[in-house]
Amino acid sequence: MKIKAFLATAGAAALLASGALAQQTGPDDDNLVVNGEIDIVTDAPAPEHLEYVRTIYSGWRFRSDETQALQMDDFDNPAFIFVDQARDVWNAEIGTNGESCAACHEEPESMRGLRAELPHWNEEKGEVYTAEMYINDCRTERMGLEPWGWDSGDMKNMTALIASVSRGLPINVATDGPVKEAWEKGKEIYYTRFGQLELACANCHEDNYGRMIRADHLSQGQTNGFPVYRLKQAGLVSKHNRFRGCIRDTRAETFSVGSPEFVALELYVASRGNGLMVEGPAVRN
Amino acid sequence: MKRALLSTIAAGLVAAPALAQEIAPTQVAWEEEVAIPTPLTDAAPDVENGKVLMNKGAGNCIACHQVTDLSDLAFHGDIGPSLDGVGARWSEAELRGILADAKRMFPGTMMPSFYRTEGFVRVGEAYTGKAKEGEVTPLLTAQEIEDLVSYLKTLKYQ
Ligand code: HEC
Ligand code: HEC
Repeated sequence: MKIKAFLATAGAAALLASGALAQQTGPDDDNLVVNGEIDIVTDAPAPEHLEYVRTIYSGWRFRSDETQALQMDDFDNPAFIFVDQARDVWNAEIGTNGESCAACHEEPESMRGLRAELPHWNEEKGEVYTAEMYINDCRTERMGLEPWGWDSGDMKNMTALIASVSRGLPINVATDGPVKEAWEKGKEIYYTRFGQLELACANCHEDNYGRMIRADHLSQGQTNGFPVYRLKQAGLVSKHNRFRGCIRDTRAETFSVGSPEFVALELYVASRGNGLMVEGPAVRN
Repeated sequence: MKRALLSTIAAGLVAAPALAQEIAPTQVAWEEEVAIPTPLTDAAPDVENGKVLMNKGAGNCIACHQVTDLSDLAFHGDIGPSLDGVGARWSEAELRGILADAKRMFPGTMMPSFYRTEGFVRVGEAYTGKAKEGEVTPLLTAQEIEDLVSYLKTLKYQ
């Protein structure tokens, strides 16, 4: 016991000493205005259910000026090639009886608001629903088509289009009522230290956001910018794909894309961003 | 078999001691629950390899720690404290304990346990995302831990 107490003091001294050296680079102070007209709030008071975080920040605030700039104009944002492709698909009469998304929903803009509150409870199905699940229901039940893969190009393009028409609206997902059980499950996953490296989402994105892990500047791991265009992958990345990558990096067996575990995690992580605004499709390095 | 034979011959030639004796992760004798006085292998540590492991493989210590002695390498993380001077702050037994299972010295710490094989949730096969099949091997071998300890001992000055 004596050794331990002494060690604790020595350790604290060491921490203080190194504090002076470390580059404490949190979020920057930049403002995000898209196309010179959509004002996007990138920090907000943390929602009440967050115990250890006072302010929430969009991942945009942790990226370099060059990466940030790409998101400020749709002509520079590489994700908009895919949004345009999705617009074409939206209008195409692809159903077995010539149905199109547009035939039922008119303009994609009719979806404004949806992205901000997903995932949410689908009363009819009795389940927490994501954009991917709604899209596939339309394809299979109303158009006579095969479902798209969760991570297929068509699916990511369409979720990017649906996100884009909600840009600038505050994220506002429900955390109780019928979604309560899934939300609790997502929260448990968020705080579980997975894999041989024993790291939880919270270790990186709650305890250490703003710090560097090797060359990566850790953000709060918010999902308001999803699907994001990742420069490194030169393509759109879904939320579940990002979750899978982060868990894989802990040397763990991950959950699969589209699994109930990831739907629950998606809901919980989205709720940590209540008060930020929809930015998708955002640009990340 | 061939290998064993060869090494016996080699050992005979140089009259070296028998193959290195290692202490398995589950057999480690802890002092005050946090330190390991006995080296995990009786083979000599390789301080140069310790330095390499700081930046490579399953060690990759500078992902989280800044080390001035390694400033020729880019991108040191700042999750944990700087390791400058750790060789003066901690005894060899304590450094070995911190490397093997840092959660004993620092409860709840983010630092991985490099010489532990039990108690994980959903262990994967390295970075594949797939479930681990068979026995879990420690992140670092006994030899690698000793190589790292010998390197950390050289970090005397802040
Ligand atoms: C070992 C550290 C680590 C762990 C553990 C981790 N992440 Fe990440 N995560 C990163 C890094 C590095 C990035 C890229 C930089 C950034 O945005 O933080 C990232 C990015 C993200 C992003 C993208 C944010 C954006 O704005 O583009 C999300 C979302 C995310 N993580 C969620 C999670 C979730 C959920 C978990 C747990 C299942 C998790 N992460 C676990 C390191 C980690
Ligand atoms: C994922 C992050 C991470 C990695 C990787 C990591 N450490 Fe640490 N380390 C920490 C943290 C955080 C602490 C501070 C202990 C605490 O939580 O209070 C620490 C503390 C230490 C200390 C005690 C420092 C002091 O002055 O008190 C030593 C020595 C150390 N680490 C060595 C290593 C070595 C060697 C490696 C690689 C084999 C390594 N660490 C890998 C996060 C990490």
